[in-house]
Amino acid sequence: MFKEKTTEEIQAASRIAGTSKGAVYNNPRYRAWFYQLAMMLGLLYFFYSIISNTLGNMEALGAKTGFSFLSAAAGYDVLMSLISFDATDTYARIFVVGFLNTVLVSVIGIFFATVFGFIFGVAHFSHNWLIRKVAITYVEIFRNIPLLLQVFFWYFAVLSALPGTRESLSLGEAFFLNVRGFYFPRLIGEGGSWVVYASIFVAIFGVFFLKHWAKKNQEKTGEQFPVFYTSLGILFGLPLFFALVTGFPFTIEYPVLKGFNYTGGITVIPELMALSLALSVYTGAFIAEAVRAGIQAVPHGQTEAARSLGLKENRVMSLIIVPQAMRVIVPLLNSEYQSLVKNSTLAAAIGYPDLFNVFVGTALNQTGQAIETIFMTVVVYFILNMIISFLMNRFNSSVALVTR
Amino acid sequence: MSVIEQQANNDDIIVIKDLNKWYGNFHVLKDINLNVRKGERIVICGPSGSGKSTMIRCINRLEEFQKGSLVVNGVEMIDDVKNIEAIRKEVGMVFQHFNLFPHLTILENLTLGPIWVQKKPKDEAEATAMKYLERVKIPDQALKFPGQLSGGQQQRVAIARSLCMAPEIMLFDEPTSALDPEMIKEVLDVMIELAEEEGMTMLCVTHEMNFAKTVAHRVIFMDGGEIVEENTPNEFFENPETDRLQLFLSQIL
Ligand SMILES: Nc1ncnc2c1ncn2[C@@H]1O[C@H](COP(=O)(O)OP(=O)(O)OP(=O)(O)O)[C@@H](O)[C@H]1O
Ligand SMILES: [Mg+2]
Repeated sequence: MFKEKTTEEIQAASRIAGTSKGAVYNNPRYRAWFYQLAMMLGLLYFFYSIISNTLGNMEALGAKTGFSFLSAAAGYDVLMSLISFDATDTYARIFVVGFLNTVLVSVIGIFFATVFGFIFGVAHFSHNWLIRKVAITYVEIFRNIPLLLQVFFWYFAVLSALPGTRESLSLGEAFFLNVRGFYFPRLIGEGGSWVVYASIFVAIFGVFFLKHWAKKNQEKTGEQFPVFYTSLGILFGLPLFFALVTGFPFTIEYPVLKGFNYTGGITVIPELMALSLALSVYTGAFIAEAVRAGIQAVPHGQTEAARSLGLKENRVMSLIIVPQAMRVIVPLLNSEYQSLVKNSTLAAAIGYPDLFNVFVGTALNQTGQAIETIFMTVVVYFILNMIISFLMNRFNSSVALVTR
Repeated sequence: MSVIEQQANNDDIIVIKDLNKWYGNFHVLKDINLNVRKGERIVICGPSGSGKSTMIRCINRLEEFQKGSLVVNGVEMIDDVKNIEAIRKEVGMVFQHFNLFPHLTILENLTLGPIWVQKKPKDEAEATAMKYLERVKIPDQALKFPGQLSGGQQQRVAIARSLCMAPEIMLFDEPTSALDPEMIKEVLDVMIELAEEEGMTMLCVTHEMNFAKTVAHRVIFMDGGEIVEENTPNEFFENPETDRLQLFLSQIL
């Protein structure tokens, strides 16, 4: 096979390497480190020169720099805020308001995108022709239209077509939908309501405990306990039971029509509805594709092997197909979630007060401090996406396969 | 047609009568009649596309058929989940490409059926699993994943996985044809042992003629969706009756 090396050849080779052990600068590991270090220094210098240059230019123009503007009064109001806010509050506070609004729309978007994605992704495999076609059409339509157009569609075409305040669509005099938003009742806890809150916690712990117990019990006795339905029962039943026992220590604040508008209860402004709808429907189409790809990536032989063991169809799905499909789906979910967070900046187009809109939009305009506002905003999106990445990577390693 | 005329009797664990199957317009199984006695070992061979896989896959309902009847262990194969489940519990299947569950360890592959179908406690299922892993001579691989095993080892695990369900009948669909030559023997050895020691009812699609001669009670030749000829291994190989079988044997031997 291989010719034995002669002594001369070996000596020649070590002469080339300098020493018989090989020089440090020829070691591939050290080389890799060195290149990375050099690259990093280069990048640092690049950004440093851009920033110092810009700051220098701005100073020359007499513009303010630094973060002192954060404690100044913003002087403008926002459409919607999860914490109290008025025009006398600071830029720092408006930063928090925008941040919370971004997180809110992202969480809503991610939740519904996941729900839509899994429903339509699985529907692709339905034996029902109509359901299958609906799933395919959904994906094809919403994946292929620019997101900005979809945001406008929901905001200007759908939500603006809703009736005015006086002709609101209503459900049981508690839920109202009109061109100004969606209104629903708010529960306000009174003395004694802590018992109910506590029972919610207990119920959640109870479900974890039940799951653990059911697994152990199955291992011991082989019995299969209906964990899912029992959990549902506990999660809803326990708080309901305590609410009844304590004589319902809540007041329900209904939205009521006062003058031209509804007050009281909780209001979802149309900007939030339109943006959440657009983000979740659009991203849901991509997630549906990911789910479809994931399920299709599991060879049919897996289903056949599971069936021939006598497993019921739902077990074939939950024990064999889904766990394997997840290894394809999870990395794709990660990037879809990250896109959704970044795409939420389209809020600016319809005036939803997300971080980008209130900070890079209004605050930058008013203070002129581009570097600072953009930097702070970039850091937020960066950190949000790092968090998503971190969580999804944890999830991913729990579904990863071991191979040779 | 056949030398051994099979009469339906109480010992018949599989009774297939006038079974027909079509894929669209393509008539893939034509009037299949086959009775299998309890403990009988049958080898099925025939050219590619002759319907061998399709026929044995009908037995555990991996394929549906359109005409005829099929009774397995006294249960008729009809469009009823209860019947299908009852039959699948009695029929184990080993595939050409092993089809182990890659996300589960070897041990979990083996205990999945006993735990979720037979509702056995985990300890008991694991004890059974280890017993069968010893039988197929790879107890030391129990905690590895399928991807970490060689093809021959994977197929032995697949056999053990079926055996853990204690089936009455084992179906093998070309269990060695995806294996490298040096691994074929280790799998065949396990199957021969299984045949001789357990007296398991076996239907095996294979072209391993030595295996057929060693363990089969009966060899069946299929061509064009029909059972063309069946006989004891000796007669089958020494005195093939039909031209089609003669041609086939001349090609593979
Ligand atoms: N899902 C299907 N749809 C249409 N035709 C099919 C399908 N599955 C199998 N066939 C056809 O049915 C015939 C019988 O297939 P089968 O797999 O049973 O053959 P086989 O005897 O097992 O062949 P091989 O030795 O290649 O495995 C073949 O002609 C095949 O092309
Ligand atoms: Mg075949």
